[in-house]
Amino acid sequence: MNKLVTTNITRFILLVLLQVLILSNINFLGFINPYLYVFFILLLPLNLDHWKVLIYSFLIGIVIDVFQDSGGINAAASLVAAYFRPNILKFAFGVSYEFQTIKFYQTPFTQRLTYILLIVFIHHFVLFSFAYFNFTYSLEILKNTLFSGIFTVLLIVISMILFRKRYR
Amino acid sequence: MQQIINFLIKYKNTLLFLLLLFISLVFTVQSHSYHKSKFINSANSLTGGVYNWANDIDEYFNLKEYNDRLVEENKYLRSRLGELNAKNLDTIYQDTSSFDNPYQFTSAKVIRNQFSNIDNYILVDKGEKDSIHSDLGVITSRGIVGIVEESSRNFSRVISILNTNSSISVQLKNTNHFGSLLWNGKNPNIVQLEEVPRLAPVKKGDTITTDGRSYIFPKGIPVGVVDNFELDVNQSYYKINVRLFNDMTNVGYVYIIDNQNLEELQSLETENNE
Repeated sequence: MNKLVTTNITRFILLVLLQVLILSNINFLGFINPYLYVFFILLLPLNLDHWKVLIYSFLIGIVIDVFQDSGGINAAASLVAAYFRPNILKFAFGVSYEFQTIKFYQTPFTQRLTYILLIVFIHHFVLFSFAYFNFTYSLEILKNTLFSGIFTVLLIVISMILFRKRYR
Repeated sequence: MQQIINFLIKYKNTLLFLLLLFISLVFTVQSHSYHKSKFINSANSLTGGVYNWANDIDEYFNLKEYNDRLVEENKYLRSRLGELNAKNLDTIYQDTSSFDNPYQFTSAKVIRNQFSNIDNYILVDKGEKDSIHSDLGVITSRGIVGIVEESSRNFSRVISILNTNSSISVQLKNTNHFGSLLWNGKNPNIVQLEEVPRLAPVKKGDTITTDGRSYIFPKGIPVGVVDNFELDVNQSYYKINVRLFNDMTNVGYVYIIDNQNLEELQSLETENNE
């Protein structure tokens, strides 16, 4: 248990620094940035109590917000993604999630991808809706959600492949 | 009572979710109004320190560019000096009992710059320690950058002109017709100038400068040139796209302007209003 806590704290700090120092400054084609810190929410133990998931997700969101001067948009987006996480887990992994025995890196790739896609796109949609905070910008919200979402999912899949061995 | 407790236990996750969502919504709404975001603010020692450390590394990659800018600015200042010397000096007297220049300039380094969001902020490495406080103008040698919004001891947060909450009073250089400089969130090189009356003779390529009405910026700081313009729906005001002189994606070093006469000017103004 202790090892799990230290791993998650290290992951929290590393992902926040990576996000605010590098990933938020990429500005690919002028506006596309990946939000890799969502990976933290995805990797929280799948059988963790729901209220803990909510609090930890809120925490990483608010820390990112303080760094980026963005009000509460990252906190809100992470929170909404975390709120729907149990439903998405049930949808993506089906029966094996009910038995509470699965680990993130031991699930079939397609099921894992469904889980990642749903969480990332919910997170990004809420994030950009709150960032623009105005429905006259609907097109920008959808455009940003789509492109940044693809970028984030791509980065998550790459980091998954890179770090898979250590966790087995 | 039992039922209430049961209800709370049953829906504790949803209630926690709603509570936290409410908090983040409050922060979000605050960030959309000027001068309200006290808590969520990167001008604190932790985030400022992290950005300062990262900027120490990043700085080296832009040294050449900043050098070129300094040379350009020196050249301009030297030419102004030449103009002054060429004038007849014996008619100028100096009153040493007061400052002739009410504006005091402080140089600062940008340690974090944003331009891809809809509300962008800039973090600079001077704070209350260097007598920087809110509502000071920020410029570079090429043009305006923004206004200081919040200061901590060592750092200040500047509300960039690339922010939908920012509104700065500017004028056409030739004719003194003024309007407000806003941003629509799209292109970081183009800002919008609105409320310029239809009577004003606007031409493509006209220079836009600050007009000094808000006392934050001195009159005549360059802003940009007119890129294109059209009349608004009511046919009474122009909507002008202004191409900035500044490259807002690479700011580097800035000057923060403190107007020493600000209090005097404002007290006169309130007297007038009463």
